[in-house]
Amino acid sequence: MTTETAIEVVGLTKSYSDNAVLRGVDLSVPAGSIFALLGSNGAGKTTIVRILSTLLKADDGTATVNGCDVATNSAEVRRSISLTGQFAAVDEILTGRENLALIARLRRLKDREAIADDLLAQFDLTDAASRRVATYSGGMRRRLDIAMSLIGNPPVLFLDEPTTGLDPQARLEVWATVRELAGHGTTVLLTTQYLDEAEQLADRIAILHQGRIIADGTLAELGKLLPPAKVEYVEKQPTLEEIFLMIVGHDDRRAVGSKS
Amino acid sequence: MRTDVASNTIALLGRSLRHILRSPDTIITTALTPIAMLSLFVYVLGGAIRTGSGRYVDYLLPGILLITIASGIAYTALRLFTDVSTGIFERLQSMPIARSALLWGHVLTSLVANLISLVLVVLVALLMGFRSGAGLLAWLAVLGILVLFTLALTWLAVIPGLTAKSVDGAGAFSYPLVFLPFISSAFVPTSGMPGPVRWFAEHQPVTSIVNTIRDLYAEQPVGNNGWIAIAWCAGTLLVAYTLAMHTYHRKIS
Repeated sequence: MTTETAIEVVGLTKSYSDNAVLRGVDLSVPAGSIFALLGSNGAGKTTIVRILSTLLKADDGTATVNGCDVATNSAEVRRSISLTGQFAAVDEILTGRENLALIARLRRLKDREAIADDLLAQFDLTDAASRRVATYSGGMRRRLDIAMSLIGNPPVLFLDEPTTGLDPQARLEVWATVRELAGHGTTVLLTTQYLDEAEQLADRIAILHQGRIIADGTLAELGKLLPPAKVEYVEKQPTLEEIFLMIVGHDDRRAVGSKS
Repeated sequence: MRTDVASNTIALLGRSLRHILRSPDTIITTALTPIAMLSLFVYVLGGAIRTGSGRYVDYLLPGILLITIASGIAYTALRLFTDVSTGIFERLQSMPIARSALLWGHVLTSLVANLISLVLVVLVALLMGFRSGAGLLAWLAVLGILVLFTLALTWLAVIPGLTAKSVDGAGAFSYPLVFLPFISSAFVPTSGMPGPVRWFAEHQPVTSIVNTIRDLYAEQPVGNNGWIAIAWCAGTLLVAYTLAMHTYHRKIS
């Protein structure tokens, strides 16, 4: 892993009226890694992603992406990122190929047809390329959605709950895609409420709970947070689920429903 | 940056024109209601309405054109609402493109779609006996006023498009606009209305716009009405654009 930092967040706060969603978040994401932001509904995951992708201004604190400040240099940040939001942001009336060509055209790229054809093949959508997206399954939409985010090869990719609402098969497909991207040097910040997803994909995991990062490290480092005594009696590694529930405690219901 | 705005706007205009091409019902529905109203008033109610010496369809058409636009711009709110609710809005806002291009793409789409609907309505009116000796300049003046009116109402439609919580909410704002022509000189002369209603009818924007278009078609001098109509349209456009941009900037920051 390189020592370069792709995303640096310091003391980020955000409130909606008197509801404090982020209460001082610090994050550091090494370039080329997969970083999972893990948390329950309403923990503030989407709020962080929206601030990092210049859709929302933080109340306080700083965030830089690829060396550019998201608040003061947002246009430059948008050049190096791509956002895949919680719901597949695809145009239902257009075909899969037209969706890809539109993004390529907006990014003012040449060879739009070739770009679209390559991505359609890469995401196994060639057969459906000329069909309207309205006829696509949930998994196909998500694949198209991610494919659209890759146009222009942005070095930093935000995936906000990329597998929520997908069936297990589609989920595995998305995982394979994310791994491949990171293999090519793309920095991926993904949010998830699925513990196994973080466990499977991420180089580093941060646990966001009630607007604060309460744990941050590799899976092995997080594992050390459990009391070692347990290892003597149980001959298995603690699952991330156990770690998560241990450190967030049982009062996380309070945060539910305040999702932005 | 300027070329970005133009290039991005054209790309997004192409996208929503393709939407219209694939579901032409948006244009047909927009034209159908005014055409039905035109038929109802010309063939059923019009016989009992005294408007002076000319054909009633000639009297009626300008108001019907405004109703066409007022119902057509609801689709701008709906299209924008769909983009916001599906996440396409956020996707585009997080891309390195001119951020206002999405709004301009929708506004220009509204202009094109409404002009097509207007042509359909005028063609039907011609079949019903509408005639005008107006020259090219007068037709261009009518076109100019209708374009200004469309732009003003479209920017107004941008506001619910960005802020609505449901599809119904996004569309509902246009109902009062569709009904405004009924309390104006669009269907009957204002002189027969009781005091306060008459005052309202004579001072609301639709009457001056309708009278201006009517005079242009009848080859009559437009007089002060023309300036009042332009002032209403330009004023509404300015206020609507400012409010829409304010709403937009609040949404993206």
